[in-house]
Amino acid sequence: MEPGSDLLTAALLRSDRFRIEREGDWQRLDAIVTAIEKGRLRRISDADLLALPQLYRTVASSLSIARSISLDTATLGYLETLVQRAWFVVYGPRTSLIGWLRGFLGGGWSRSVRGLGIDLAVAFAVMVAGTIVGWLLVAHDPDWYGAIVPGQFGDGRVPGASAETLRGTLFGNSGQNGLGVFAAYLFSNNAGVSIMAFALGFAFGIPTLLLLVQNTAMLGAMLWLYHGAGLTIDLIGWLSVHGTTELFAILLAGGAGLHIGRSMAFPGNRSVLTAASESGRRAAQVMAGVVLMLIVAAGLEGFARQLVDNTPGRLAIGGFMLAGWCAYFFAFGLRRR
Amino acid sequence: MVRTAALPRRLVRTSQQRTLVTPEGVALPLSVASRGSRAGALMLDFIFIGTAFTLVTIGLVALAGGVASVAGRFGSGSPGAAVFQFLVVAWMIAAFLARHAYFLWFELGARGATPGKRLIGIRIAARDGGRLTAEMVIARNMLRDIELFLPIGFIATAGADSPPAWLTAAAWFALFMLLPCFNRDRLRAGDIVAGTWVVEAPRQKLEAPIATPLPTATEAPRYRFTEAELAIYGEYELQTLERILREDREAALESVRAAIAAKIGREDNNGWEDPRAFLEAYYAQLRSRLETGMRMGQRKADKFAG
Repeated sequence: MEPGSDLLTAALLRSDRFRIEREGDWQRLDAIVTAIEKGRLRRISDADLLALPQLYRTVASSLSIARSISLDTATLGYLETLVQRAWFVVYGPRTSLIGWLRGFLGGGWSRSVRGLGIDLAVAFAVMVAGTIVGWLLVAHDPDWYGAIVPGQFGDGRVPGASAETLRGTLFGNSGQNGLGVFAAYLFSNNAGVSIMAFALGFAFGIPTLLLLVQNTAMLGAMLWLYHGAGLTIDLIGWLSVHGTTELFAILLAGGAGLHIGRSMAFPGNRSVLTAASESGRRAAQVMAGVVLMLIVAAGLEGFARQLVDNTPGRLAIGGFMLAGWCAYFFAFGLRRR
Repeated sequence: MVRTAALPRRLVRTSQQRTLVTPEGVALPLSVASRGSRAGALMLDFIFIGTAFTLVTIGLVALAGGVASVAGRFGSGSPGAAVFQFLVVAWMIAAFLARHAYFLWFELGARGATPGKRLIGIRIAARDGGRLTAEMVIARNMLRDIELFLPIGFIATAGADSPPAWLTAAAWFALFMLLPCFNRDRLRAGDIVAGTWVVEAPRQKLEAPIATPLPTATEAPRYRFTEAELAIYGEYELQTLERILREDREAALESVRAAIAAKIGREDNNGWEDPRAFLEAYYAQLRSRLETGMRMGQRKADKFAG
């Protein structure tokens, strides 16, 4: 036998020799993973970054072998946590927020909107029905108006108000100050409503339906009120500036909520949890878009509606927005499926 | 006495242990985070958000105060009002970001955890063992709205003067807070919808091996054990011995040495005054014997196994 280190190595346990031979790879992977976890991507050299997947597989196979030849808990425990941490890095979220946004706007969003399918149609039908119900209720008995339209709008827009008063609420606000604050307030308010419509889908979608009916009944009641004063078209113009975007967003939120609720109530061959998470992810993508739409809507409501003070101009903006959204959701990104 | 334990204690599944199989076919043990640590992480996050939000608010108010004094000095109302408006908008955006963007931003990062979760040592992961996607993170954090912010807001606005509203809001809050107590994987509503779960993210350093060279033919071993003396113990006892050697406490070493010596019937104490050297030698030879058996497909889980 040779003297020196060879003798020492030969005398070691076979599993310790295994460890000594591979320890360098383990420590290298450990250093890379630690740097990535701490967000210090710049400090990692290109060679290390390229070697990462290879190192991960090497260490994973080290773990497999160690499990069958070694009884050293320190080594096994270390390898298990290291492979787990590396697994999270290698199979972690691959895109940054920016990269995700690009894929999202470039077709991912419209695909998931189309993926809602029947739920979108149901939500639309419910919203139309809610509007009609609101109109009919108030037409039948004007006392309903107070119950349907909350007090915060109660600035003269009540049954029996003169046509002049009603006209005053639609036009002549262009000199108003504080539009930015108004828009920001509208946005956070509407975002709250639509996130709620989505999140309530969790209770099998029933609260979502109620919320949709409640909100559109308000619309129906106001339509009836202005119809009485002969201002129907003007009200539609006033609403359409932001309403085409905002109602579309609420429609999507409601559809997304229903999508979750329906897949949980009728999961088919999947387990309830699988069904909920599959539909939940698609609905979440739709919802991220809804928040964007509401930012646009708040901008339109806060600025464009006050600055454009005539009905044809307002109808043009609203119609253009509606056509744009429809084209984006139902005609864009069809091929890449 | 016969026990059927085939696996050493380390691999036994407890109520919170799960196994994750990576695409390479390696089974990794994974522990679901406890409810207490998740609640603690949430508290920490709220403290961070609250502190940051308070600082931003104070900063904006100070700015507004400065603007007011400047605008007052120049006597011009209009530009001052515009700046003031801008500050209010900035404050509203900060509130929105605090509520929604904080969790999104951090959970999409490489650690998959907010600062609070990081400090506690937990993270989120996809339940199916696949990639954690941006949609999942978005879905689980949107549900946080109805789980947490909405009922808390209701409780705050309802007040004590309207017991029914207060009770309803409290029941709502309790329903979602207690949801993790009623399923095996401790999922909250957001986890169910997103297909995620919260797991422990342990970190461990590679400890130095207990390197005792095996007795070779050339040197006379100080302690040498016979096959029969080594055959008494199994893997469980080996791991206990390893732990005791790593902890390195005088009293424990001595009592374990005495126990092993009694068990193998060598209580002559002849030159065995160094318990650590004795235990290291026994550890190395026992491990060598068990690992050899392992390579041959014969494992001995503990001293009761045949």
